[in-house]
Amino acid sequence: MRSNRLAKWLISGPPLFYLLLFFAIPSAIMAFAAFRFPGDYGGLMPFVDVDPQTGARQVLINLDNYADFLTFENFQRFFEDPIYFELFLKSFWYAGITTVICIVLAYPLAWLIARSPKKTRDLLVLLVILPFWSNFLIRVYAWMIILGPQSYFSQALNGLLAVFGIEPVSLLFSQFAVIIGLVYVHLPFMVLPLYANLEKHDMALLDAAQDLGANAWQRFWKVTWPLSLPGIWAGTALVFIPALGMFAIPDLLGGTDSMMIGNLIKQQFLDSRDWPFGSVLSIMLTLAVLLLAAFAGWAGSRGKDKR
Amino acid sequence: MKKVSPWVWGAAALVYLFLYLPLAIVVVFSFNDSALNAEWVGFTFKWYRMLFNDPVMLEAALHTLVIGLVTCVAATVLGTLAGLAMYRWRLRLLPALVLIPIAIPEILTGVSLLIFFVMLNMTLGLVSITLSHIAFCIGFVAIVVRSRLQGMDESLVEAARDLGASPLTAFRAVTLPLIMPGIIAGALMAFTLSIDDFVISFFTAGVGSNTLPLEIYSRVKVPMKLNPEVNAVSTLLMLLTLSLIMIVSKVAPSALRAQ
Repeated sequence: MRSNRLAKWLISGPPLFYLLLFFAIPSAIMAFAAFRFPGDYGGLMPFVDVDPQTGARQVLINLDNYADFLTFENFQRFFEDPIYFELFLKSFWYAGITTVICIVLAYPLAWLIARSPKKTRDLLVLLVILPFWSNFLIRVYAWMIILGPQSYFSQALNGLLAVFGIEPVSLLFSQFAVIIGLVYVHLPFMVLPLYANLEKHDMALLDAAQDLGANAWQRFWKVTWPLSLPGIWAGTALVFIPALGMFAIPDLLGGTDSMMIGNLIKQQFLDSRDWPFGSVLSIMLTLAVLLLAAFAGWAGSRGKDKR
Repeated sequence: MKKVSPWVWGAAALVYLFLYLPLAIVVVFSFNDSALNAEWVGFTFKWYRMLFNDPVMLEAALHTLVIGLVTCVAATVLGTLAGLAMYRWRLRLLPALVLIPIAIPEILTGVSLLIFFVMLNMTLGLVSITLSHIAFCIGFVAIVVRSRLQGMDESLVEAARDLGASPLTAFRAVTLPLIMPGIIAGALMAFTLSIDDFVISFFTAGVGSNTLPLEIYSRVKVPMKLNPEVNAVSTLLMLLTLSLIMIVSKVAPSALRAQ
């Protein structure tokens, strides 16, 4: 019994120690940093301030950062400087649109994979995963080439628009480009859980629906779609959450008006060097993610009950 | 089995095209004899030649490789231990610490590590990047190893114990060989994740220590500087990742599915 306990500590101890040191403690420090003042040259001001003359010690704790952020419910503040709240809403909008488009694109793929013979199935899954394993920056960069003003695609599109007398549009550095980038990078995260779900469906239900006179659309909407909701929720969690925290895609594909929370956090940490406010934003993002994860878990389990 | 409707086939084919066309364009333009990524002019290897004579890129590649190897070794050891512990005992803290870094946006891990390293007065550089990479790779290795353990036949270990093997011997002679494909898959996954990581490196790199993804980012960020050299290095990086993934899919196909 004692040796069992020793083994338990010997085995779980090292990874536990490492993750405490390099994940849990840094996260705790970040939550704590949000209550502090930014230093004169960026970073953080010392936590304890010692007066050089009297030697008196004063602990510096700043509650304003939370107050500043949380007063968005205060209408006055909202109309004065609603920029942060708006940025949060916009990020949610980007992540939401991305999720919806991913669902639409993932469905035919997942359906095809789930209904393929066993041999082809593994190959088709691998074909979905492969691009996902190539570096994410390269995948974003590829869209910079495609959407660039000189590209064949842009020229063809603008040529087509000119036929209808529409002014040429710039595809790169637009919200459209950001959403394409987000969809492209996150699509596999939707396909895989959806495929895993569709694979388990009982096809006899579709036959029964057909015998009862349901057309293809009714069979999808009344049978397949409700049954696939747990897969959809799992995929939504996997797409929405990383998309919400993204900063590189808006940086590379977006214009000045397509900033997301991630860009603001990055800005606070690396450009304006206001770490306490950056920490507040990070904590807000964490809270948003936790709420979403809890909601996705709840909705997913509800979908299971219905079965 | 019912046939898949041709409409679904068509739509799925278009989505596959959407997945592969952008990558194909990067590869094709890496052989294009024009400094602009717009028109096909002619075939050339000059961007690859330029790449192998670019000291900044070569240094970044070396950094990436060293960080990747150290991360791979450390994360595999720690991740395997975590996987074993999570399979063997009902733990609370460890599974949470293993899974949360995977589930939250990477930027959060990146900025909290930045604050942490700066507070410790650590010079940001290769060491801080490596320590961070190990932290986020442990979870991936642990999940792969645990799923391999769950698929293992426990009676084999019991048989070894009945035949008089000590727990340690039973582990070394039975368990370890059985889960080895999972460990190898986890190791390759940690290496791939490390060489591909951009977000966490971005925050923990400091000045003057570049990795390939960071170098690619800084070069593509300014569109004026768009340089087909990036196409070439991207193509090579894709090739490297592709071969690693092919190995994983041979060694432990289930590892890819665990993703």
